[in-house]
Amino acid sequence: MLQAGHEVSCLDEDPEAHARLEVDFDGTWEDSGGSFTVGAGLEVDALISAGVERADAFIASTDGDNTNIIIAQIAEKRFSVPSVVARVLDPRRAEWYQSQGLRTISGTQFAIEKLQQTVLGEEAPAASGSEI
Amino acid sequence: MGSPKYIIIAGGGKVGWNLTRELLGKGHEVTLIENRRDRYLKIEQELEHNVQYGDASELWVLERAGISRADMVIAMTGDDEDNMLICQVARQKYLVDRIIARVNNPRNREWFELLEIKPYVSATDSILRLIEHEVPDYGLVHLLDLPGERLEIIEIQLEASSRAVGKTVGDLSMPEGSLLISVLRDGQGFVPGPDTDLRAEDEVLAVLDPGLEEDLKTLFAANGDKG
Repeated sequence: MLQAGHEVSCLDEDPEAHARLEVDFDGTWEDSGGSFTVGAGLEVDALISAGVERADAFIASTDGDNTNIIIAQIAEKRFSVPSVVARVLDPRRAEWYQSQGLRTISGTQFAIEKLQQTVLGEEAPAASGSEI
Repeated sequence: MGSPKYIIIAGGGKVGWNLTRELLGKGHEVTLIENRRDRYLKIEQELEHNVQYGDASELWVLERAGISRADMVIAMTGDDEDNMLICQVARQKYLVDRIIARVNNPRNREWFELLEIKPYVSATDSILRLIEHEVPDYGLVHLLDLPGERLEIIEIQLEASSRAVGKTVGDLSMPEGSLLISVLRDGQGFVPGPDTDLRAEDEVLAVLDPGLEEDLKTLFAANGDKG
């Protein structure tokens, strides 16, 4: 997204995660207009210093489904971020929260559909109705 | 709780395990859900079929535990996000009447409030309150908030220097929206009347509308101290 010209701020508990951002990246993360904050997604101070208050979009993609579901709601309800999405591996949790109005993306569900298509030798149908 | 209820408890740590045992002892039907295999096997030796193995934030695990007929869900895991999610799902998806959540990190209380996950219990806060009770900073301790009713109950320790000492309750101009409800003196409690005189070392309980705490602090502050 940074390379597409957007301003991207990354929040991670692990300071080492910064290095991963620059893998296969032309130049440094910061020089390209990216920013990086060390902290947890549930910490108000960390969210604010990462710039959540002026964000147009918020992506919750930590490795924990429940954490993502909760911080996505925080971004929406407390910080009124206009566009929010949560990565939720578990398809059932993803589906239910989606039905409650929280946008979710389930990598597992996506993979299941792709694998099924591949095995059955079908052409990928145009979007299966979900947001994926 | 009068009649036996069906209660699901998520998280078989010390609190969850003991709570399950106590509730079973009181005649309730309880299912405890624990997601660590070793811990589950240990608990199972004692609680047998009353404990199930699994991650209580997975919907099928809650369904297997019979959440649709549960009267209450108590989320006691060591992870605040898990507790919030379990309660949210219990109430909004499975329409469970009553939920109780544990707050591990008091900083997360804000999020439990935001997502209206109430009531919640926080061990850290309870201990803090006890410490404040033992070592009062201003002789004024916050005992209870009743946000639904918009009332607070506070406790005030009367120092010898307090300007209220020697006055009667009637003489005190208590702010509107506040009331002295009891006086503890020499280990005895009683309900004060307008003629009750206030003495040093008295512990006074007052009920008040939120926001009046400062006024009361001034009323009971030491003489010469503006509060």
